[in-house]
Amino acid sequence: MKRIALLGMPNTGKSTLFNRMTGGAARVGNWPGITVDLLSGHILLGGDMVEIIDLPGIYDIHGFSEDEQVVRHFLHDNIPDLAVVVLNATQIERQLSLLLQLRQYNLNMVVLLNMADEAKKFGITIDAAKMTEALGIPIFLMSAKYGNGYQDAVHAIGKALRYNTPGMAENLRSQLEPETHIEEEMSRVLDHAVQVPARLPDNLTAQLDRLMLHPLLGLPIFFGIMYLLFQGIFFFGQPLQSAVGDFFNWLRELLLAPALSSLPPVIQGLLLDGIYNGVATVSAFIPIIVLFFLFMAIVEDTGYLSRAAFLMDALMSRLGLDGRSFVMLLMGFGCNVPALMGTRVMRSRSLRLLSMLVIPFSLCSARLQVFVFISAALFAPGSAALAVFSLYLFSFASAILTALIFKRHFQNNEPFVLELPPYRFPTLRQMWLRGWHEVYHFVHRASKFIILGVVFVWLLTHLPTSATPAGPDTWAGHVGAWLHPLFEPIGISAELTIALIFGFVAKEIVIGSLAVIYGLGGHALSHALAIQLDWVQAYSFMLFTLIYTPCLSTVATLRSESKSIRFTLLSLVWSLALAWLTSLAFYQGARALGY
Amino acid sequence: MKTPEFTHSLSDLAPGESATIVSIQTDDALRQRLLALGFRAGKHIEVIRRASFSGPLQVRIGTTDILLRRQEAAKITVNKP
Repeated sequence: MKRIALLGMPNTGKSTLFNRMTGGAARVGNWPGITVDLLSGHILLGGDMVEIIDLPGIYDIHGFSEDEQVVRHFLHDNIPDLAVVVLNATQIERQLSLLLQLRQYNLNMVVLLNMADEAKKFGITIDAAKMTEALGIPIFLMSAKYGNGYQDAVHAIGKALRYNTPGMAENLRSQLEPETHIEEEMSRVLDHAVQVPARLPDNLTAQLDRLMLHPLLGLPIFFGIMYLLFQGIFFFGQPLQSAVGDFFNWLRELLLAPALSSLPPVIQGLLLDGIYNGVATVSAFIPIIVLFFLFMAIVEDTGYLSRAAFLMDALMSRLGLDGRSFVMLLMGFGCNVPALMGTRVMRSRSLRLLSMLVIPFSLCSARLQVFVFISAALFAPGSAALAVFSLYLFSFASAILTALIFKRHFQNNEPFVLELPPYRFPTLRQMWLRGWHEVYHFVHRASKFIILGVVFVWLLTHLPTSATPAGPDTWAGHVGAWLHPLFEPIGISAELTIALIFGFVAKEIVIGSLAVIYGLGGHALSHALAIQLDWVQAYSFMLFTLIYTPCLSTVATLRSESKSIRFTLLSLVWSLALAWLTSLAFYQGARALGY
Repeated sequence: MKTPEFTHSLSDLAPGESATIVSIQTDDALRQRLLALGFRAGKHIEVIRRASFSGPLQVRIGTTDILLRRQEAAKITVNKP
């Protein structure tokens, strides 16, 4: 099958073109010599199936960034039959340098000058015919977003594919001409075929930025937008999430439970409470992930994410992070899983890993449920709110401490030099495709791990069959008893230790597991907790719950996003250690003070 | 040789001021990135705004707006007209 590679700088609409060409039917593929995910799709072009690969955006084919190395390795090991080079027509003045570099590789090329509509608005005129003549490469003006000029471009791509690839020279680097030559060539082509107005008209972007990046108003507006986003996701997400839960329960009661009723109870429990609940757990994340990425697509594609980086960089650079990490950290307060997936916007691996190490400390909505229940049971109404609020402070403190400790180990070598794209409206199609892709990715990568984990915890808490489920005689009970010397100094009882084992799967089930462990529900459970625990023990339990592993889905996402078991283990061990030390300091400190 | 009065580092420019790039004294990785973004000797550059709390600078070269930190901007020498 013939292979087309899409190449271009960041912010050229390359991925928009890719989505348009493949109709969104893309998959993540593995390529020789490359460790990152590349999207590829199969399309019918002129009667033949061809494969299109969306390469990461690069500024310079000789650059030192990770993406630039990925593209070099890809081209070296997987010579494409055709390279479609996408350039941003509004920035043709400087983007031409990449094209001239690529031309030296003797690749079979077609050039698409994208965002031709925007260039026109800026008063930039480009004579594609003259440019084709000057460069000896077919060049087309188009708009990948609106589709203008798209048909001509596809036609040209099909035509160019029919010629044979000249093949790439053995040593790519040595045959390169010095940069000065490119400078001369650039001005020759530009003088000939492009006219750029001396001063750009004061457009909407400049006016909006005067407000959005205002020295005083910028930050309050940023936090306002984050708040709305956050509320938006959960205003729409939570009803959807519970609807998915209800649907799975309904299906279970109506169909599965009666169908399986003839099986022995252990098998029934394993199938229904183990595997089926695992599937339901995975499914419950789907609406949140779709919504999250619908909203993130707005923030990212409009160009606001780069503005957030501008506003927050002063603070975040001291933590070894950048403004985009902060956006994801905030989004983690809703749900850690999509926030971890969202770190993919950061192109530097070390910056991504450090952000991923920090995000699980965000007090997500599932943990909030636990804290609200326990605080209400143990504290007077006024101090309950204060207790929950103080946990948010601990959440931020854990994140900051982790960043400060680990920033040296995940030093970010990529220079902080970001392009600030003009504001753009994303199309609904772009937003939808993004959400859909991410869900596919999550289900594809994380579901097996989550289902196995749920089954494992079910087995721990229900075997041997002679023991009361979640009781002290189960394997989980034994583990709890064995861990007791470790949990006693932080004031956590054996019953609560079993609840923490459940909490490893998902924080949503912690209260439910307490109900099973105590054999009580609702108010009776609150009452029993209030009798058994004093506030110091309860707060220590909440601190531990806040800081240790958020949930199995987060662990699965950490693993699939970092592609490193070592990193996943580091995150697990560090959060457990920090949780234990924090609870220890709090519990022993409070006891020493006489509480 | 230019007199020091006219040579500044990019990080010293106030918002709204513009200048001409004289030289870029950074490591290779940053240098290549800057070149690709249009930072070249002789190019006209304008500082659009500076973020609060010693945050990054927003500069404009041609039709491209770029964010860079002050410490990186300090390594770019410019000539004020």
